[in-house]
Amino acid sequence: MFRWLIGTIALSMVATGALAADPVEIHIGYLGHTGIKSTLSLVEQPADNDGIAGARLAIEDNNTTGKFLNQRFVLDEVRVTDSDDVAKVATDLAGHNDYIITDLPADALLKVADALRDRGTLLLNAGAIDDRLREQDCRGNVIHVAPTRSMLADALGQYLVWKQWKRWLLVTGSHDQDKLYADALRRAATRFGAKIVQERTFEDTGGARRTDSGVTLIQRQMPVFTQQAPAHDVLVAADESEVFANYLPYRTWDPRPVAGSAGLVPTSWDAAHDQWGAVQIQNRFVKLNMRRMTALDMQAWTAARMIGEATSRTNSGDPKKVIAFLKGKDFSIAAFKGTRLTLRDWNLQLRQPILLADGRMVVSVSPQEGFLHQVSELDTLGVDRPETKCKLQ
Amino acid sequence: MWRRCLLTGMLVWLAATPASAFVAYVSNEKGNTVTVIDTDSWTVTKTIKVGQRPRGIEFSRDGKFVMVAVGDDDTIQVIDTKTQEIVDTLPSGPDPELFTQDAAGKTMYVANENDNTVTVIDLEKRARLGDIQVGVEPEGMTISPDGKILINTSETTNMAHFIDTTTRQIVANVLVDSRPRFAQFKRDGSELWVSSEIGGTVSIIDPVKREVTGKITFEIPGLRNEAIQPVGIGMTKDAKTAFVALGPANRVAVVDGTTHKVLKYLLVGQRVWHMDFTPDEKYLMVTNGVSNDVSVIDVAAQKVIKTIQVGELPWGITIAQP
Repeated sequence: MFRWLIGTIALSMVATGALAADPVEIHIGYLGHTGIKSTLSLVEQPADNDGIAGARLAIEDNNTTGKFLNQRFVLDEVRVTDSDDVAKVATDLAGHNDYIITDLPADALLKVADALRDRGTLLLNAGAIDDRLREQDCRGNVIHVAPTRSMLADALGQYLVWKQWKRWLLVTGSHDQDKLYADALRRAATRFGAKIVQERTFEDTGGARRTDSGVTLIQRQMPVFTQQAPAHDVLVAADESEVFANYLPYRTWDPRPVAGSAGLVPTSWDAAHDQWGAVQIQNRFVKLNMRRMTALDMQAWTAARMIGEATSRTNSGDPKKVIAFLKGKDFSIAAFKGTRLTLRDWNLQLRQPILLADGRMVVSVSPQEGFLHQVSELDTLGVDRPETKCKLQ
Repeated sequence: MWRRCLLTGMLVWLAATPASAFVAYVSNEKGNTVTVIDTDSWTVTKTIKVGQRPRGIEFSRDGKFVMVAVGDDDTIQVIDTKTQEIVDTLPSGPDPELFTQDAAGKTMYVANENDNTVTVIDLEKRARLGDIQVGVEPEGMTISPDGKILINTSETTNMAHFIDTTTRQIVANVLVDSRPRFAQFKRDGSELWVSSEIGGTVSIIDPVKREVTGKITFEIPGLRNEAIQPVGIGMTKDAKTAFVALGPANRVAVVDGTTHKVLKYLLVGQRVWHMDFTPDEKYLMVTNGVSNDVSVIDVAAQKVIKTIQVGELPWGITIAQP
């Protein structure tokens, strides 16, 4: 009954819009979570509006385009805490938004996807990098804009192999997501012909990330932790939990570069990225938000732009048409990566080049030259069609 | 003195001399320079230091000046073609990239990437006349042969905006493929071509109906589709042959102007972007950003005959007044 009502309201809104020549309104929800993670580096501490800020810029961009097509985009932002019933919050949000951009952990995203399954709401995952969401736990109503762990690991792996740094010392944190990242890095090593010469685990024993005399202690700990390692070209760290990786550069026992969660980091975006017209969006973002653009901002921008792109291509506010276009073969989006981004039709993952950044500069962009693929070189990053466990429903 | 003479008497010389001695100006985006090339000897005769991030470059209608948009300095610099030195600046908006002039050479229209506007400049008074709000990231600029319609393409909005040059109002918007970079009319005004860098196509637009009537697509065996990124377009005056620069595909496509069929792909330098003909249309010069050079194409033979090293990241090129 309730659903029926919403449907009627939406229908009458579109109908009045057409009659009065008012703009067609396209409502996009943003479902994020509160609680910002603490980073080792103060300069990497995310802002409160991390992610949403990117979506807001995309709404502005969409509206600039929309004024020529009589379309208006509106962003509806909601944040959940761990104690909230995320499925209920999402259902409420879906009452007036046909598209919801999410920045949620994997389990919460699955709850939301299943709760909204019969409504026709499209979810755009901007935050979760878990491969399982695109594999055994994939859902037909979720498009993944964020890259996967395996895409990130492969992007780094290709570069390290291209650089002939093929002997890796892998150091993994003790949390679950660190282990998942380590799995992805091991897979990358196997795929691209690198060798993991030894693995070590860095136990998280707790403790504050910021102390007044931290450096002295770290300077003694890190060389000891990395000593007596077999010959290696690079230390690869898997530390999504921000416990130790950023302490490693310049402090390892052997003078070796660090990559992975610190040093050379694979990412979908970096504030230093300036190729392929990127300076324009960097400038627009800084102007609007008074800070620099992060990977999550970019993923949310891309998600909201995808809706804008599909809406202008179909010249329609009808979510069925828009979603069909997004999932169809003609869809592509430009996102300052030097190539068009398209969706993998088997699991709705956005194909994308991955930047390799060191915190100040973009060092390289993967896929690397020479990593070939019969369909798209972007499919050399991450889990490819023949290996997928996804059955879209 | 000899060159000055040539420049001023260019049109007379054109008919009289078999050798085509023109002067080409190439903007080097990273080098912050403009390279001057003699098209008789195909050698670099001078390198002019300009402002930061020079991109769009064009002769003034009277041929006396070369104007170059220096985006990071938020201005357009004016080079005197006699002295080959910067003599003036124009009040463009922030981050000017490409621009075009009306037939009389009195009004200039500049695409300002950073604030979604096209700036209108009075060239004689060196004064800014106003701004036109367009889509996100305005780039390509051209004027219809009858001077009535200004075309601007916006890269993230993905449209060709039709602007009435009298009222300065947008009168139509035509949606094209992703990241439209460059727009070019046929001389008779019958077609407007717009290149889409990320979309990988050139849209053919009917300027009367203001709709896309056809699309040119490109296929190069052994090359991944995503690397084909059309940017610059050059068309002979008779509109029979067109050339399309394909960016990181490192090729220029030769296209039949009437049937819109791709006839041939010419291998040039890396990341080929913009181009210009010598006024006699014997040669076409294209800028290759990543290999830091310019390829010279023999138009009749449809062959690359020469490569000339220029500054860092060559972007735009102009050979004589448009």
